[in-house]
Amino acid sequence: MEVSLQELNKTQYPIPAELQNNVAITSLSKIYNWGRRNSMWPMLFGLACCAIEMIATASSRFDFSRFGMEVMRATPRQSDLMIVSGTVTKKMVVPIVRLYNQMPEPKYVLAMGACASGGGPFKEGYNVVSGIDKYLPVDVYVPGCPPTPQALLFGLIALQRKIDGQSLTTADDVPWYGVGPSEPTPVPILGPDIIDPRQMDMIRRMAESKAAKDAISLPDGRALPAVKTAAAVVPVAKKATAAAAPVAAAAPVAAPADDKRAAALARKAARAAKTGGAPAETVAVEDAAPAAAAAPVVTAAAPAAVAPAVPADGAKPWEEADEIREQRKAAALARKAARASKRDEGK
Amino acid sequence: MVMTTPEELNVDLKATSVEETVSHLTQRFPGIVSADTREGYGGVIVAKDKLVDIARYVRDVLGFDYLSSATPVDYLGEGNHSTDHLEMVYHAYRTSGGKALVFKAQTDRESAEIPSLIHVWKGADFQEREAWDLYGIRFPGHPSLRRILMWDGFAGHPMRKDWKEAYYEEDHKPFTSRWPGGHVHRAEEKSIFGHNVRYPADIDLSRLTDVSESTLYSGFGMGVDVTRMVDHHGVETNELMVNMGPHHPSTHGVFRMMLRIDGETVLDLDPVMGYLHRNHEKIGERNTYLHNIPFTDRLDYISSMGNNHGYVLAVEQLLALGAKYNPPTYRAEVLRVLMVELTRIVNHLWAIGFWLNDLGAFFTPVLYFIQERERILDFFEAVAGSRMMCNYMRFGGVFADVPERIHSVTNLINDRMRDFDTMQFLTEMINERIPRTIDELDAYLTQSEIVRVRSEGVGIISREDAIGYSTAGPLLRGSGVAYDVRRADPYSIYPELDFDVAVETSGDMYARYMVRLREMRESVRILKQLLPRLEYTKGQPVNDNNMAYSGKVPVGESYGRVENGKGELGFYIVSAGEKKSTANPWRYHVRAPSFINLTPLGLMSRGSKVADVVSILGSIDIVLGETDR
Repeated sequence: MEVSLQELNKTQYPIPAELQNNVAITSLSKIYNWGRRNSMWPMLFGLACCAIEMIATASSRFDFSRFGMEVMRATPRQSDLMIVSGTVTKKMVVPIVRLYNQMPEPKYVLAMGACASGGGPFKEGYNVVSGIDKYLPVDVYVPGCPPTPQALLFGLIALQRKIDGQSLTTADDVPWYGVGPSEPTPVPILGPDIIDPRQMDMIRRMAESKAAKDAISLPDGRALPAVKTAAAVVPVAKKATAAAAPVAAAAPVAAPADDKRAAALARKAARAAKTGGAPAETVAVEDAAPAAAAAPVVTAAAPAAVAPAVPADGAKPWEEADEIREQRKAAALARKAARASKRDEGK
Repeated sequence: MVMTTPEELNVDLKATSVEETVSHLTQRFPGIVSADTREGYGGVIVAKDKLVDIARYVRDVLGFDYLSSATPVDYLGEGNHSTDHLEMVYHAYRTSGGKALVFKAQTDRESAEIPSLIHVWKGADFQEREAWDLYGIRFPGHPSLRRILMWDGFAGHPMRKDWKEAYYEEDHKPFTSRWPGGHVHRAEEKSIFGHNVRYPADIDLSRLTDVSESTLYSGFGMGVDVTRMVDHHGVETNELMVNMGPHHPSTHGVFRMMLRIDGETVLDLDPVMGYLHRNHEKIGERNTYLHNIPFTDRLDYISSMGNNHGYVLAVEQLLALGAKYNPPTYRAEVLRVLMVELTRIVNHLWAIGFWLNDLGAFFTPVLYFIQERERILDFFEAVAGSRMMCNYMRFGGVFADVPERIHSVTNLINDRMRDFDTMQFLTEMINERIPRTIDELDAYLTQSEIVRVRSEGVGIISREDAIGYSTAGPLLRGSGVAYDVRRADPYSIYPELDFDVAVETSGDMYARYMVRLREMRESVRILKQLLPRLEYTKGQPVNDNNMAYSGKVPVGESYGRVENGKGELGFYIVSAGEKKSTANPWRYHVRAPSFINLTPLGLMSRGSKVADVVSILGSIDIVLGETDR
């Protein structure tokens, strides 16, 4: 029996009697998400106190195998979910980022407890990273110190809800449904302090201004490395620098309206710049009409936000937090106003 | 007038009191040893170039054979002492019991150097490495003085008083307002990087190779990963370098071991730690004394009540130097011991359960122990408000009395609310449920052939090594040393309680298992004695001590220690400053049993199989929060 696809897609299509009660029709996203949400395998990976509560959640009283999560895998290659259960230290964040990069997509991160979410009680410590979201994209934050097993279960259910809302068609919310492989998160380097490769430029400028201000010539008369040299030595940095430069280059690139791939890649770059710890407050404002599918307009809302990192007069930039804060506040207010006006237009 | 020394009176020098020992030392070594006369301090100060000789004398002649703690203090800009200097403080005990002999060696801050005591007490190994790492004191004579908690290449020695971190706000808490202009600011906003980082002015970004592990490998005596060798059958094999951890399911957290192996046999093992170093001591020196109680919960997070107890004992020693301090009421002491003994049971159940995981009984037995632990945690939650981080004890008392009734919000059978009378709940738990669990454990495991074959004769540490390496807890008692702080240097109401110290002599993993098993039974025995005490002290105050919440602590030093589940947990606290009393500790050091018990891990693992290393580590029972602090 030859049926054209168009015919079959019509809701009025008569289903043969022998197939009735045997066929369920749903969207592909829905069935795909249903499968994924109910077999979310966490990585067997404990950091600190929260890991004990995670074990308690896994054991018989709370038992998260009820949600399809009982298979804790010790290898990142087989796990879907990284529960960051405890204080992330600078020494440990290097292996954590490596583990995350090794996880196959789709992958999720749950920050369990105060420390993983923002540093918690140990935030001020010299070896403590103030939250894993400084390095990895976090899907669910579970507050508590430590969160009770009930709270963790709630967080896991929240993650399932989040998965339910994801769609195969919109590549923007879910990087792995997009085009091409995702960029791995650059692995931090343990130098005199931890070095985030994405911030290499800022570190260099800070060092330069610091040296200029205090008129420190380096002990052996060595000049500070030029941008190009350093980037060549550290390839990760080069890539990160390109991503971190707030996609100013992306705006002039006029993507043809019909080239969806180019548009998606540009959006992806914008997203990477936004989530990748880029210092600038970049706002990716997408064209309101989806049919047009034009290249995204990327505006640097606060171009000054990069500059205050190293003011021209060489004043101590790290002490000018107030100024930066004011600018961020202004940028946030501008964004809010823009959103409000957009909403009004919609009405 | 002629002073007679104990020696002249033919007194046994190994049995003299600490005060007599101090006066003996100062007279025997004039000009080298002097009594520490600072207000609130005790012990002696030893000239640093004679430190090793004095330490040998202290160990061999005076009988202080157990080095409990070795820790530095940075006296920079401290009002009581004229000069800025660094000081190593050593606490030595006799394994026959008694108080500590404290001796100190001082050095200047610029070229800080103190002779290593590693050849007197091997247990000084990791502690001296920590002192080098965090304070920058060099120890000539130490065979591998490298960083232990931070990584190689880290800029500076962070525990020094003049080292400020990126998120530094003020020297002491409570801080001034964080929202002075009407809007709150966060620490990230003060750093242009938005991260908790600071870089030296001369940071060299052209040479960004990660050197954090280079000395680790070279210190291991290896330049390359693989060495060719020929085994005794004439077959050419390779000697391999294997890293276990920091992400490894068997290392009980973020612990890492570097193994040099020949086939399945371990030739050498080096523990690598610091992956959970969250700067407990640096933060603790900024906190007020009271602030630190919840932080101690997060040290050994399996047994938070025990940590609380050690810390409040240390501070109470200092408070007792002042005028206005009342010791805790009897009921407060009973409650403390009740909580601590329940904690010990939780700890040992957890330790045995996870040790069985390491032996291969993956998660089947431990589920039964966790079930029992949950019931005890229900009680903690009802009393202190939190399952794990109890934050229960206060200076001169406890946070609150036990409630009349316990509402257990979740239950094992269904989700209905359960409501118990507290004493009934406790009585049932102590008399029936816990003993039943222990009996069950005993019946299934103690004579199990697999357990015995895997654990007997494996991971042996001799009696002499156990003492020399400063091990504590089941590790020490499993090697035939009947040393339990509750008996050797009693605190709280332990002198009046009837219990035995569990000792085994074979020094292997099985002995440690048996010690834990018997200690749980002894804990139940103690708990049974506490029930009537709880009944007849009902109604006594537990926390109306005037020092419980207002914490100005008189100047001086103190070392409070308790027998925690993992071993001897000590807190060394210095209260120093220009005034008579201080609000923040000058020095706050944790003598962590999990940390020091790892010192002989290499010794115990050498020659065993790789699979045994996992369970040897499990039988030591470490918790990384305490190891790395």
